[in-house]
Amino acid sequence: MSATPAGYAEQAYSPSKKRSAIGAFIFELLKNKFLYLLALPGMIWFFVFAYLPMGGIIIAFQDFKAMQGIAGSEFVGLKNFRFFFRSNDWIQIVTNTLFLNVLFIVFNTLAAVAIAVMVTELGGKWFKKLTQSVMIFPHFLSWTVVAMFVMAFVATDGGFINQILSAFGIPPVQFLSSPEYWPFILVLLKIWHGAGFASIVYMATISGINPDIYESASIDGASRFQKIRFITLPLLKPTVILLLILAVGGIFNGDFGMIYAIIGRNPPLYPTTDVIDTYLFRAMMDLGDMSMSAAIGFMQSLIGFLLVLSVNAIAKKLAPESAIF
Amino acid sequence: MIKESLPDRLLKSLFYLTIGLFSVYCLLPFWSVVASSFASEASILKNGYTFWPKDFSLDAYKMIFSDNTIYRAYGVTTFVTVAGTVISMILTSALAYALSVKSVKYRNHIAFYVYFTMLFHGGLVATYLLISKYLDMKDTIWVLIIPSLLSAWNMFLLRNFFASIDDSIAESAKIDGANDVYILFRIILPISLPALATIGLFYALSYWNKWFDAVLYINDKDLYPLQYLIQRIMNNLDYINQISADVSIPNFIPPAMTVRLATTVVTIGPIVLLYPFLQKYFVKGLMVGAVKG
Repeated sequence: MSATPAGYAEQAYSPSKKRSAIGAFIFELLKNKFLYLLALPGMIWFFVFAYLPMGGIIIAFQDFKAMQGIAGSEFVGLKNFRFFFRSNDWIQIVTNTLFLNVLFIVFNTLAAVAIAVMVTELGGKWFKKLTQSVMIFPHFLSWTVVAMFVMAFVATDGGFINQILSAFGIPPVQFLSSPEYWPFILVLLKIWHGAGFASIVYMATISGINPDIYESASIDGASRFQKIRFITLPLLKPTVILLLILAVGGIFNGDFGMIYAIIGRNPPLYPTTDVIDTYLFRAMMDLGDMSMSAAIGFMQSLIGFLLVLSVNAIAKKLAPESAIF
Repeated sequence: MIKESLPDRLLKSLFYLTIGLFSVYCLLPFWSVVASSFASEASILKNGYTFWPKDFSLDAYKMIFSDNTIYRAYGVTTFVTVAGTVISMILTSALAYALSVKSVKYRNHIAFYVYFTMLFHGGLVATYLLISKYLDMKDTIWVLIIPSLLSAWNMFLLRNFFASIDDSIAESAKIDGANDVYILFRIILPISLPALATIGLFYALSYWNKWFDAVLYINDKDLYPLQYLIQRIMNNLDYINQISADVSIPNFIPPAMTVRLATTVVTIGPIVLLYPFLQKYFVKGLMVGAVKG
């Protein structure tokens, strides 16, 4: 397609219709040279910071030694993968990753949809604006800041929860050494941090619904609850499914930023909070085991990739409007 | 206007109540840290964290501002945020514009080249080795900027916006002899300001909140960004001992708790102050992305 006048002019002057493929390629580059030049820096960046690391996956199949580098290290086949699966750590971290992510996805989606539905039903303008601002705000804070907030609540000496417990004469709970509470705490934090922000997308979808539908439902005597149940929620479904697909694709990726900032290096909490990403990070930084870490990371990327493809294929069958590609 | 029935009004009241309570829940942790940071160390140690400082004290803030660590961290974070956002925006809009022009024959190939990086990545180890060993960027301020210059997600958001601009604008400029670079910077970008503001905010926020890259690549104390400083002082007492080293009172106990809280408050200060102005762009931008997506 050569929509520009310049394009027509150049084509008219080109002598032969049967240019070779390479000639056509160069011709296209020259015709849009400025546009390709604009794209070039970004493309180089993606090559260096996204594609070169993909080549680094080789490390997963090597006995990587920093001194010898990637070129000089010895190939060991699947030894790193076997090593990882020999210890029983992997069962715990994979379970934690999946369990926490399922909790996060389910509760965050429920909370975000609920907020979106409720806020759109609200009348008062200033109340709506104010509460919306407040609910989105936590998303702007980094997890390291959130970790400070968490301490104010769960600290054994002086934390709010233990202050309340002691007011009722209940002995303090040692949250920082009791792993059983943390999935619950992390879910509460996830909702706190992300539900308000996530609800914006659902609100946008609701605001796109034709108001006539609601009006004719009102004329037919539908109650507020019925309108939500039979109009809003069904029309939200494609958006919910689309975002669930995206989320499921990342289900093997633990939320490193959140968990490392909040839990940090606190081994008593690992039984419920150590995820693939935090484990990998420690294997790399503390043990210096580049090869095993790379093997774990490679499996994680590969599974995530296959998951996105398969979930998308399923979505295409069941709900074509929700498929990504 | 149809008058609302009783159950309808009850349901609406319930919504008001729920949203109100959830807003309080969102605000509470923030409020408690601000309030506790203004309490004296002794009262925090004795009574615990508080929602209302009984024994008002600015000691923690005085200590933070008497040491230059916080100013340095602010400087690092400000530089990273400003320089990073500017460069990110230039690269992102250049690539996004090229991919939005329909006469570019290979635009879908390039788009897939970028899209694939969202689906599959080389992982932490390879990235770490690349940056620290092969590019040798450890302990430079650029390590906080260059490896995060582009986000495929933001690029596609902006490309969708550019694609929605009427082609005839660029075409008529071409007839007048303008080249594509001129068209992008002098014609397209000026009419895309709302979209640029949104994407710019996404980038700025990610630079401002950056800390993990510092965990990996920064050992030099002078290059700590703010969020990393927070993470450090939560996990060790170096910073608190350092800033209380000058105090020459016998048996002085460093105010570890309140200094941590006050540093947190100082870190989020700019976000809180700018938030009312920034918020509408986030909402607007996400709405645009969602409707188009």
